[in-house]
Amino acid sequence: MTPILIAEQVLNGLQSGVMLFLMAAGLTLIFGVMGLINLAHGSLYMVGAFAAAATAAVTGSFLLALVAALAAAAAAGALVERLVIRRLYDRDHLDQVLATFALILIFSEGTRWIFGSFPLYLDIPEALSGPVTLPGGIQYPLYRLFIIGMGLVVAALLFWLIARTRLGIRIRAGENDREMIAALGVDIARLYTLVFALGAALAGLAGALVGAIQSVQVGMGEPVLILAFVVIVIGGIGSIEGALVGAILVGLTDTLGGIFLPQIFGLFMDPAAATQTGAALASMAIYVLMAAVLVWKPTGLFGAKS
Amino acid sequence: MSRERLLGAVVLLALGLVPLAAHLMGEPFTITLATRAAILALAAVGLNIALGLGGLVSLGHATFFGIGGYAMGILASHVQNYEPMFEWPVLFEGSTSMPVIWLVAVLASALVALLIGLLALRTSGVYFIMITLAFGQMFYFFSISWSRYGGEDGMSIYVRNGFPGLNTLDPIQFFGLCYAVLCLVLLGAHLLARSPFGLALGAARQSPDRVQAVGLDPKRLRLVGFVISGAITGLAGALFADLNRFVSPTMFSWQTSGEIMVFIILGGVGRLFGPVVGAAVFVMLEHWLGDMSEYWHIWLGVLLLAVVLFARGGLVGLIAGRERAHD
Repeated sequence: MTPILIAEQVLNGLQSGVMLFLMAAGLTLIFGVMGLINLAHGSLYMVGAFAAAATAAVTGSFLLALVAALAAAAAAGALVERLVIRRLYDRDHLDQVLATFALILIFSEGTRWIFGSFPLYLDIPEALSGPVTLPGGIQYPLYRLFIIGMGLVVAALLFWLIARTRLGIRIRAGENDREMIAALGVDIARLYTLVFALGAALAGLAGALVGAIQSVQVGMGEPVLILAFVVIVIGGIGSIEGALVGAILVGLTDTLGGIFLPQIFGLFMDPAAATQTGAALASMAIYVLMAAVLVWKPTGLFGAKS
Repeated sequence: MSRERLLGAVVLLALGLVPLAAHLMGEPFTITLATRAAILALAAVGLNIALGLGGLVSLGHATFFGIGGYAMGILASHVQNYEPMFEWPVLFEGSTSMPVIWLVAVLASALVALLIGLLALRTSGVYFIMITLAFGQMFYFFSISWSRYGGEDGMSIYVRNGFPGLNTLDPIQFFGLCYAVLCLVLLGAHLLARSPFGLALGAARQSPDRVQAVGLDPKRLRLVGFVISGAITGLAGALFADLNRFVSPTMFSWQTSGEIMVFIILGGVGRLFGPVVGAAVFVMLEHWLGDMSEYWHIWLGVLLLAVVLFARGGLVGLIAGRERAHD
């Protein structure tokens, strides 16, 4: 095991971590402000990826594809919020789970209806393809570096938006006391639609960026959604900082576990058995991490005390 | 007899009589559909104890469904391949006897429910939903990577396991067995809800502080309820695997968890016969809509959305009124 391999895997973990952050940030914002658990967040990720793939196929431009992903996911989010989600804010979590589960069915089958069951492919743009050589002689795909950078930039923008802008102040105020800011003249219904569309746009962007590495297909959103849940449980619901830390932790654990656990078991088992046991345990690593955090801090690393 | 009870009795009776009629008319496929409905109803009756009685929104009951399925798959595959499961301290070759498989399925799912419950019940609300979902996913990925027992492809068991005194290969006899189990468990769930434990669990859902004030521990009540709930769903998983003679990681998938919850919601939360109505309606929809359109899940989604938004209390609530709607 060379240092170069380790560095590569750390970068891979970081890359999947920042993408998870884009998902988890939207989820945790929506939960923090509206108190809503949204299972259909994975569908918005899928919408973004499909919009990007379709746009890229027509125009050939990756930049336009990203714009289309953001726009399509935000529009789908705003539409769904107006039609369905709005009726769920006062309901219990069970109703929210079921209604958003129904939305997943509608989104997934609807997409299958329009695009068919075969996966689409989104090409990495010419300018971002190929490897680059990092200090220390590490060869690493430029596009993955681009994703990491993009994720970090969006994270910084998000922190700035929440901490420094008028909209951010309203969002934070909405988390604390919705009656009070309504009384101060803020249009709560519009604020909610806006927050939901913002979360959806982040999910759509993640879908488009990841879609260029993996294939774009129906059902791609739900595994990411469940990972994002793990991230939120670890980070603490409603906390953007928690989402960032949790996402990086989960990304690194998942990636490094898959590579190193089989090798560690290989030290004292025969290779075939070590590969099997290691792979099986690696698939459980993030859940063990989650369980450990829960035992230690039941409301997550950055969660409010309940 | 209240309208709800009457409706439940009618549905249960219909579920018993339709396969009998199908048997006389020589339509084994209808019997298989009814068996499927009975088994899925059983899984949902299990979840309903946690969800309806205990107020625990578990989105991970596929875990127990899958464990039940794999209990059957593992035990039967060892016999099928002539590979003893273990030789020490006594020789054990696996089993193709349903009572043994059921016992293992129930114990294994109860044990896992205990472990998951101990962790997940440290939290509540949304955390609980996400954590149960995540643990379900953990078992899903574990079953995919566990190539000793089929990995991603799952395992086929070529001959349905036996039950003393019955020919389980005969569809109507296997249906009778599943139906009997469902009726017994429904009776058990009814008695449980009326028992001191059931009343205390219901009270812990409505007002944990008061339950604590009279000296009971809400957490412990919930844990016991969760374990019973998981064990029943595990039993349903073992039967489901025997129905299909096939187990695969799909049984562990989050969609399975969602569907089990959908049965309850279609029927009505916290109602004794809600899961039976819901599962029967689901299987019928799956069959009819599935015939009409490849994309029938869209219509299922629309129906589900309509029930959640406009018909709180589910289909049973629509027909029998909402005197016992959940809170």
